[in-house]
Amino acid sequence: MQQIEFDTKWTMVVDIDKCSGCGSCMVSCQAENNIAPMEDGSNKLKTLTWMLVYELNNGKEFPERESAYLPRPCMQCGNPACVPVCPVVATTKDEEGGIVSQIYPRCIGCRYCMAACPYHARYFGWFDPIWPEGMEKALSPNTSTRPRGVVEKCNFCHSRLMDARARARAEGMDPNKLPDGWYKPACLEACPTGAISFGDSKNPEHKVHDLIKDKNAFRLLESIGMDPQVYYISRRDWVREQSDNHLPKDKH
Amino acid sequence: MEEKRASKQCGGVLAFFIGVLASLVIGWWVFPQVIYSQKTQPIDFSHKVHVEGEGMDCESCHTFMEDGSFAGLPSNEQCAECHEDILGESKAEETYVNEYLNKDVEVPWLVYQYQPDNVYFSHMAHKGFECTDCHPDVGNSDTLPTYYENRISGYSKQTMKMWQCERCHAEVGTSNACYVCHK
Repeated sequence: MQQIEFDTKWTMVVDIDKCSGCGSCMVSCQAENNIAPMEDGSNKLKTLTWMLVYELNNGKEFPERESAYLPRPCMQCGNPACVPVCPVVATTKDEEGGIVSQIYPRCIGCRYCMAACPYHARYFGWFDPIWPEGMEKALSPNTSTRPRGVVEKCNFCHSRLMDARARARAEGMDPNKLPDGWYKPACLEACPTGAISFGDSKNPEHKVHDLIKDKNAFRLLESIGMDPQVYYISRRDWVREQSDNHLPKDKH
Repeated sequence: MEEKRASKQCGGVLAFFIGVLASLVIGWWVFPQVIYSQKTQPIDFSHKVHVEGEGMDCESCHTFMEDGSFAGLPSNEQCAECHEDILGESKAEETYVNEYLNKDVEVPWLVYQYQPDNVYFSHMAHKGFECTDCHPDVGNSDTLPTYYENRISGYSKQTMKMWQCERCHAEVGTSNACYVCHK
């Protein structure tokens, strides 16, 4: 499939060395995106976590043991594996900015996309979303609620992009050339250590434009050529080495 | 014998056409009426009195917020800027002031154009168009149209359909990508 080049490329950069693994990004994501409380939060096969923090370790015993935390949103791949497998065109990568869309009323819940996604970024709604009484009043108008039986995923809080564009129009600016910091996903706002950066990596005025060129910047599973729009930074070699599956003699 | 058979055949054809006709009537006339419930607005509001009588325009009450979002319908606070007391002699105004404003209850207006939950619409992005390109021309009308609510989906019958959005986007040359309108 031909890769579409967009003029803007919304890019997330996560500094793993700054992440303390507190999970604020996960919580704010659940609130922003109207994810109902889980029936059984310990069953990881059936929970919805658009943003998920993984724990990494260097595999050594104390006192050499080191841990790191890796927040994983949807990678918004340049060559998304989930898009061509969808039989009903419920997911596409066709909008300026490169965010992979997911249209819930169109989704038939076949889960091909979940099988195709190498990052496990997609989730299936196994249960009716039910909020405890009174909590439904706190639902966010920014995201539509999903019924049971469809696939959902992170969309970089897309309606915030739409809000930022509306604000740009109101102020007489070009909605396709947003200044740095106008469009921020919920996880970024909640992060207490400032580990997450976000912006248009094709715009030299945005911070992420330079961050992705950092010598310690890498992406997950780069070797399979998905071209993700989420970058990670770590100054620790063992973290960078875990970003891909390498044979012992590979150079990376 | 021969004649009898002919009449029998004729009766079969007749029954067939009656069946077709009944299906057509049910499908095209009865069902569309049954699926929508008709509702009237809580107050008999006249746009014309405000537009022609007071020289207001749409933006006087249906305003934008500073961040570019659309405020939609005016709240009691806005209406009270003029209607703190009963100004005229109309029954509708009296009902509004006594039943809603003085009791501090917002009017539960029925909005013809509300879109489903998964649609993101920005009035700011469509500011170059006339209001009446999409909305009914209520500004020149003394009465409000009947509100038709789909009994199954709960949405208004008069709301803009996806094919209408897509057609205009295609004609104007705007992107029709899913996330341009959906959330």
